[in-house]
Amino acid sequence: MPDDSTVASEAPTTVTPGKRVLEVDRVTLKFGGLTALDDVSFHIDEGEILGLIGPNGAGKTTCFNVTTGVYRPTSGHVRFEGDTLTGKKRYQITQLGIARTFQNIRLFRSMTALENVMVGADAQHSTGLFHALFRLPRHRREETQGHDQAMDLLRFMGIHKAADELAANMSYGDQRRLEIARAMATNPRLICFDEPAAGFNPAEKQTLMNLIRQVRDRGHTVLLIEHDMRLVMGVTDRIVVLEFGRKIAEGTPAEVRDNPAVIAAYLGVDEDEAS
Amino acid sequence: MSRLDGFTTRVAGLPKPLKILLWVFLALFAYALPLLEPPLISTPGTDFGGVLFTVTMYALVALGLNIVVGYAGLLDLGYIGFYAIGAYTVAVMTAAHGSWAFLLTIPFAVVAALISGVMLGTPTLRVRGDYLAIVTLGFGEIIRLIAVNSDWLEGRRGIPNIARPPSLELFEIPHLFWDGWSPLMDPGDTTTFIAFGVLDQIPYYWMGLTAVIIVLFADRLIKDSRVGRAWEATREDEDAAELMGVPTFKFKLLAFSIGAFVGGLAGALYASRQNFINPDSFLLLTSILFVAAVVVGGQGNRWGVIVGAALVAYLPERFREFSDWRVLVFGLALMLLAVFRPEGLLPPRRTVRAKQMKQEIDALEKGTDEEEPSRA
Repeated sequence: MPDDSTVASEAPTTVTPGKRVLEVDRVTLKFGGLTALDDVSFHIDEGEILGLIGPNGAGKTTCFNVTTGVYRPTSGHVRFEGDTLTGKKRYQITQLGIARTFQNIRLFRSMTALENVMVGADAQHSTGLFHALFRLPRHRREETQGHDQAMDLLRFMGIHKAADELAANMSYGDQRRLEIARAMATNPRLICFDEPAAGFNPAEKQTLMNLIRQVRDRGHTVLLIEHDMRLVMGVTDRIVVLEFGRKIAEGTPAEVRDNPAVIAAYLGVDEDEAS
Repeated sequence: MSRLDGFTTRVAGLPKPLKILLWVFLALFAYALPLLEPPLISTPGTDFGGVLFTVTMYALVALGLNIVVGYAGLLDLGYIGFYAIGAYTVAVMTAAHGSWAFLLTIPFAVVAALISGVMLGTPTLRVRGDYLAIVTLGFGEIIRLIAVNSDWLEGRRGIPNIARPPSLELFEIPHLFWDGWSPLMDPGDTTTFIAFGVLDQIPYYWMGLTAVIIVLFADRLIKDSRVGRAWEATREDEDAAELMGVPTFKFKLLAFSIGAFVGGLAGALYASRQNFINPDSFLLLTSILFVAAVVVGGQGNRWGVIVGAALVAYLPERFREFSDWRVLVFGLALMLLAVFRPEGLLPPRRTVRAKQMKQEIDALEKGTDEEEPSRA
């Protein structure tokens, strides 16, 4: 990459209101005979927190996987800042500026917290074999930059004391925080959280929601998947509701709360959905 | 065994100049080892210098294979293929179809191995885990069978008269010999510095040791960088690594090619020392032994795999009189290792740390009802 000298050491902070970061345009995804996503369209504006909710099995995570490039849509397009993501490799999508966390924590367990975050920071780096082997200036510059950025993010998440701890040895809550730090280290313009509050108690959930707002305030646009309605209502600017792979509602938290289709989906007929 | 861990941690804690001094002494001792011929360590049945050369070859191979298996987590059972390509390149260029000087052929040997690594890796690194092991196993055999069936490579007859490294006969170094426990200088038994002949194997050992030291340095520089982190992340969770912006395929291929490069280098040195190679020098069993050296020593730790290589190559020579029992003892040792030391003799320090942490937590849970000290 020729433009490595322009690597920003901080997260982008300029926000143009109304600019679309991500556009999901009539995406359909089929696994064999099963239609996981059916003609879903929505967009995310720069600087907002968009909630993607729905009962279990509604296709939230699938939708998420389409936007981060894990799955390719059967038809339709996902556009990030105007460019289509179709045909891009997963790591390229991350390098473009979309990062994510995982529903089941997926850290690099045998690496330290600091190294985990540095792997994220490396997404913006281009040190190769020869730079490392001969300790060329680029290696040293990127190593320092990555280290500083990683420490900064660990401090932001409040886990800097565990920087040299192996990820596997950290507590559950710290591992979740570390995942967020790792995702943020890739300098994403859009950061996607997949049920970041899973396994948290109500007090921890509240702290996490404040944290997500802070993440947004650092200049990241946020896509949040969560099925705890109260939490989503509290933190998001807009909400998209999925059910059985279809979008059934979209709007501000207040609008969505009063939408009969949403109430039916959540409180409706199936006991299985109550969670 | 826990004393071993304590030792490595203590060494790591020493101040830097002292550490460098320690390493220099260790290196000097390693170079002088065949001249000292220390009792108990020295091999009475076989030429000690020759055994040590074999040890350095295994160490070199283990270092290369450790990058593939230990760092990037790709199980390669056909590593002998790269070793064979390195050896045959030297053999063809210096003996069978040319008369190049040995040193000139080394770059060709390593590049040939590297290219074959890229060629094998590009299609096969898309499969994971056990499947990769099977594909690489096939590769190792294919290389050997090509050598068996190709007239151009002289088939089973093999290639004799492979060039030796250039000699520089500067001075003579006397050996020690031991009268019981007291060392005596032996003026009748000397090694010429540095003559690559037929009888005296020590210069070959020095050559092998030098290669090991160079590869060790390079290994350290590469591991401690973005490349090393990318390998480790890929090994831990390939999908997560990819989604964190690591081009995992590129880095896996890089690990594979570097491994092949080192394997080719080892093969080239081996061919030159051996003077003669045929397909039987590159059996599948040897490939398995290479992997065993890495696993026994502790994959992921460069010193661990050197220890593993030393054991796998040295012990059978030291205890030649029990050579009938060799496979049995080896099997038993592997079983014991799997039970008591599954991470290898000298696993990476962090694996040890993770284990200690787990033990501490277990102890806390078993102990009193006191609360675990919570981290802020």
